[in-house]
Amino acid sequence: MPEEKAAFKLDREITSVLATDCGSTTTKAILIEKVGDEYRLITRGEAPTTVEAPFEDVTAGARNAIREVEELTGKTLLDEKGVITPRRPDGSGVDIYMSTSSAGGGLQMMVAGVVKTMTAESAARAALGAGAIVMDVIAVDDGRKPHEKIQRIRQLRPDMILLSGGIDGGTITHVVEIAELISAAEPKPRLGIGYKLPVIYAGNKDARPHIKNSLGEKTDLRVVDNLRPVLEKEVLGPAREEIHNLFMEHVMAQAPGYNKLMTWTPVPIMPTPGAVGICMQTASKEYDLSVIGVDIGGATTDVFSVFGEYFNRTVSANLGMSYSICNVLLETGVANIMRWIPFDISEGELRNRIRNKMIRPTTIPQTLDDLIIEQAIAREALRLAFIHHKSLAVGLRGVHRQRTIGDTFEQTGSGETYIDMMELGLLIGSGGVLSHAPRRVQSAMMLLDAFQPEGLTMLAVDSIFMMPQLGILSTVHEKAAMQVFDRDCLIKLGTAIAPAGPNGSAREGDACVKVELEVDGQKIVEEVPFGSMKRIPLEDGKKAKAIIHPTRQFDVGKGYGHTLETTVNGGVVGVTVDCRGRPLTIPEDKAQRNKKLVEWFVAMNMYPEELLKKYAEV
Amino acid sequence: MAHAYTPGLKVTERAVIRKTRRLPLLGEVLVEKGAAVSPDTIVARTNIPGNPQTVNVANALGVEPEDIVDFMKVKQGDSIKKGDILAEYKSFFGLFKHTVTSPVDGIVEMISTVTGQVTLREPPIPIQVDAYIDGVVEEVLPREGVIIRTEGAFIQGIFGVGGETQGVIRVAVEGPDDVLDAPQIRPDDCGKIIVGGSLVTAAAIKKAAEIGSRGIVAGGIIDSDLIEYLGFDIGVAITGHEDVPVTVIITEGFGRMRMANRTFELLKRLEGFTASINGATQIRAGVMRPEIIVPGYQAQGVTQEQDLSQGLVPGTPIRIIREPYFGKLAEVVDLPPELQVIETEAKVRILRAKLTDGTIVTVPRANVEIIEA
Repeated sequence: MPEEKAAFKLDREITSVLATDCGSTTTKAILIEKVGDEYRLITRGEAPTTVEAPFEDVTAGARNAIREVEELTGKTLLDEKGVITPRRPDGSGVDIYMSTSSAGGGLQMMVAGVVKTMTAESAARAALGAGAIVMDVIAVDDGRKPHEKIQRIRQLRPDMILLSGGIDGGTITHVVEIAELISAAEPKPRLGIGYKLPVIYAGNKDARPHIKNSLGEKTDLRVVDNLRPVLEKEVLGPAREEIHNLFMEHVMAQAPGYNKLMTWTPVPIMPTPGAVGICMQTASKEYDLSVIGVDIGGATTDVFSVFGEYFNRTVSANLGMSYSICNVLLETGVANIMRWIPFDISEGELRNRIRNKMIRPTTIPQTLDDLIIEQAIAREALRLAFIHHKSLAVGLRGVHRQRTIGDTFEQTGSGETYIDMMELGLLIGSGGVLSHAPRRVQSAMMLLDAFQPEGLTMLAVDSIFMMPQLGILSTVHEKAAMQVFDRDCLIKLGTAIAPAGPNGSAREGDACVKVELEVDGQKIVEEVPFGSMKRIPLEDGKKAKAIIHPTRQFDVGKGYGHTLETTVNGGVVGVTVDCRGRPLTIPEDKAQRNKKLVEWFVAMNMYPEELLKKYAEV
Repeated sequence: MAHAYTPGLKVTERAVIRKTRRLPLLGEVLVEKGAAVSPDTIVARTNIPGNPQTVNVANALGVEPEDIVDFMKVKQGDSIKKGDILAEYKSFFGLFKHTVTSPVDGIVEMISTVTGQVTLREPPIPIQVDAYIDGVVEEVLPREGVIIRTEGAFIQGIFGVGGETQGVIRVAVEGPDDVLDAPQIRPDDCGKIIVGGSLVTAAAIKKAAEIGSRGIVAGGIIDSDLIEYLGFDIGVAITGHEDVPVTVIITEGFGRMRMANRTFELLKRLEGFTASINGATQIRAGVMRPEIIVPGYQAQGVTQEQDLSQGLVPGTPIRIIREPYFGKLAEVVDLPPELQVIETEAKVRILRAKLTDGTIVTVPRANVEIIEA
């Protein structure tokens, strides 16, 4: 179960739900109703968010988005006070309304701990999991001198600070030292000039009196249970809960119009990424699969993972497709972007194009060249965000692992990532570049190239990014949220079969895998060599019995050379057999690479074949 | 949403401009409502707490943190000067003496017996906010700042670097197609804002900086020239805080790009006037574009106000802002209501536009911006 739960509990059966997500640019409303025995998405509406001047009232944007829903359904949902709840006998209103928000920059936090890779890392996980952007991590051993840390704390104006450090009963000196640095810096909150900055203390309980002494006067100090009470255990729930409370009390209360919005709903407003995280956790439980989800936006890329009981979220604050697109270029380098582009373009031209996308972010690719460039950048943004995620989704460092939740985890040593690509069952992509790709197979390929799943993985995209609303809904009505998630939110792309390997050396064209599928009494057999891809149509909703025989250099989950018998799910793309190897290798030589890229594009039917001919004759 | 187009940038010779000038912390507002202000008028000020310094006395003396009070020569709240003795430890009947001295002037803020640290606070740092533009104080935000109102010419750029500054405008090129290179920068451009055409080169920026010019406005800049000027690459579209001598504003985009006639012509009319400019750009919610403000400029004659309430209509002057017609100026011919499939196979709302050479092209509506006047 997700560890953060909204305080609200339903006391009656509901048949209609209105939920909004007030994003930084757009406010999206969805209407869900019970149709027969199922909860389904009825319609959606959207309007620009109105947190900024000249409106400075979030409810104006929410009203506009809801009004679109009213127009599309012919129902009355609003009156002068807000959303009409509960539903009236005349059919107006809904049973419940709720909202998430990332408007006005979302939740921005600074975290601090004693040891960078231990308590500070746990604090970062708590903040990220609650839906925050972590602006900086301060630790005793972060390599900065005390005055540099103080300077940094002063420069940042976070919404709140989470301070952790020490195990209960352990030494108190170091955590108090960090508290003294924070006290010396006298940090100010981002919003609400004249207010005290909220600081959550979740460290050694013996240090509490000293922390109160250092920070009690200067900050709005809250004390919760230690998030590392013993070295071997991480307890993030109480800290996350307090983050959500403070998000409501401080951040939301300061943001324009939120006081009014809060009166519309009995469910506490939740930070958008926090709600998405809850949606992913609920989905993982519902499908009984390990899940990775990614949301690539204009400014940031969020990655979520649920493996067993472990939920992690990271936000790569400067990897995005518009506002921070140039940072993708900066971090990955031109060569890494060029390797996904099958035609010649000068570095200068590419750089100018990317810069122009940054300054005019709402434009869309008109030519195939431009689309391929944009999707190449997306692959790199996703890849880098995933590397970042893996570095934080790790077992507790500095301890011998004592958790016994399955074989997978027993093999994970201290500080190693527990993201296991062979274990991964469902990979969900969302964000404009993935959700709105002209052909769905393009989204599948971006996910495959960036994440490189191994074995069998279901691929999906979020059709209209309603995971935030479904996340908050799942805290009050899990069944309704999951029914809509499965039927209306996810667009299932299909199953990817990607043999890991080669284990040793293999040449392009060597035998890699034989796939036998049986669907509706018909048998399909495909042999795909190393270095190639194959797309086998299998409609959404259909399942096929599959017998997969990898050659001895390759593994699809049962070990090298071992056959796997299973069932695979269809989707709008179907079954993709990706024999390009893991890790994926792309030819260094430009001519060879271009040829190979076009070959994969054609095999997957990714782009109009007519237009691809200009890049290379296949 | 109803209008799928990029709202254009403002280029107008007659605008009412309001600027909020706000302190980072609560403080004192120094001007009253209705007061006339000039760019260098200080409108509000405050003191931010001085820089803290921490000295680990316990480590320096080699004693336990809880014992340091026995050796302190100062107490919390005491004023101290640099070099003053904070703590002293004598051993062997006073034969050996260890002292810890203050590295700064200030006060003793905290003596911690948990960590053995002593926090010293340097004197407060005064912060003040100036008016930035000529104008009148329209509203006082108690203890926070003011809103200043002015009327005059207002031009927004698309991207800029460098912060607020003022200077007299000089147009250094003949036309909007011309490149602003080093030879066009003159010795008397010191303190001025220099206007170029389609491009400003790295050499021109360098020379302007040497001469002491305040700003440059041009149509485009080559990406690598910008990196050369800044000394680093910009990853995220948030600028204005760069420590650079010349504020640079580009009006069209990256690469060589002819400045829109309307912008160039207005800048020509503004030649000789003093402008307040700011390169700060932020492209996300609460978009901020670089700006050129000429307070008090009296528009010549009556200009027809453009009605933009309808968004795009046939005849609207536009600029295409994406490949394959990137940077081209055009006029809307036709706006078919139905979605159409473009080369990428995306189904989008499009428009047909006539380029300046008479060619009719089809473009997604998201890829144009209205040239506002």
